[in-house]
Amino acid sequence: MAVRVPILRQGRTLIASFQDDLSDSDILSLQGRVLEDVIRHRATGVIFDVSALDVLDSFGTRTLSDIAAAVQLRGARMAIVGIQPEVAFSMVLLGLTLSDVPTALDLETGLALLARAVP
Amino acid sequence: MTSIELPAEHIQRIERDGDVVAARQTGRRIAAEMGFGRPEQALIATAISELARNIVSYAERGSITFRAEDHAGRRGLRIVAEDRGPGIPDLAQAMSDGFSTGNSLGLGLPGTQRIMDEFDIRSIPGEGVTVTVAKWISR
Repeated sequence: MAVRVPILRQGRTLIASFQDDLSDSDILSLQGRVLEDVIRHRATGVIFDVSALDVLDSFGTRTLSDIAAAVQLRGARMAIVGIQPEVAFSMVLLGLTLSDVPTALDLETGLALLARAVP
Repeated sequence: MTSIELPAEHIQRIERDGDVVAARQTGRRIAAEMGFGRPEQALIATAISELARNIVSYAERGSITFRAEDHAGRRGLRIVAEDRGPGIPDLAQAMSDGFSTGNSLGLGLPGTQRIMDEFDIRSIPGEGVTVTVAKWISR
């Protein structure tokens, strides 16, 4: 299966850019790859850029939240950036608030957020 | 008001993961063609995603039918998610936030009801589930 989400590295931060509408199995495979990369590169931060996604439903949100929790247990921090306004609105109505994962407007703000968190 | 010719009905089979993505993309495209705004398109796509996933998770296969409707000039999209899976023994429980028999948050059905204008669920245990939702273009 083609890699649907490239994971880039900038210093000790990993950046996963969602390019496309993802199936549940795409998101689950990302979960394993992110954790492997966090360990391999001794990453201190992970950013998920979801600005290309036009749906984040209950499964997607829960999986992102699970990945964030696992990343945290590895001593790194995760932030989600670029949630589109209409996606945010649907998530709130659905009852999904992602309150346990830091979020930022865009990649730049997300990088600054993680830089502040790691001394 | 401009009228766009739409096929009266479009049926999407739901049998696997990839069909969930296909169904929500189809739903969004139909909603956009009908003239729904971007926020409503996102709500419709999210609702379809939840309904299609329920089919894959609990019934393995089923279908989603999209129907463009026009009632006295009011346009709407009706979506019917059907399966012949095990059904839901307790609908009231399935409709309460946080209840799930699967590995989920239990927000799918009650959340879908919140984001659509109409919501109806019927199930006969052992015979399947039919969920009908609709969204109307606000004017």
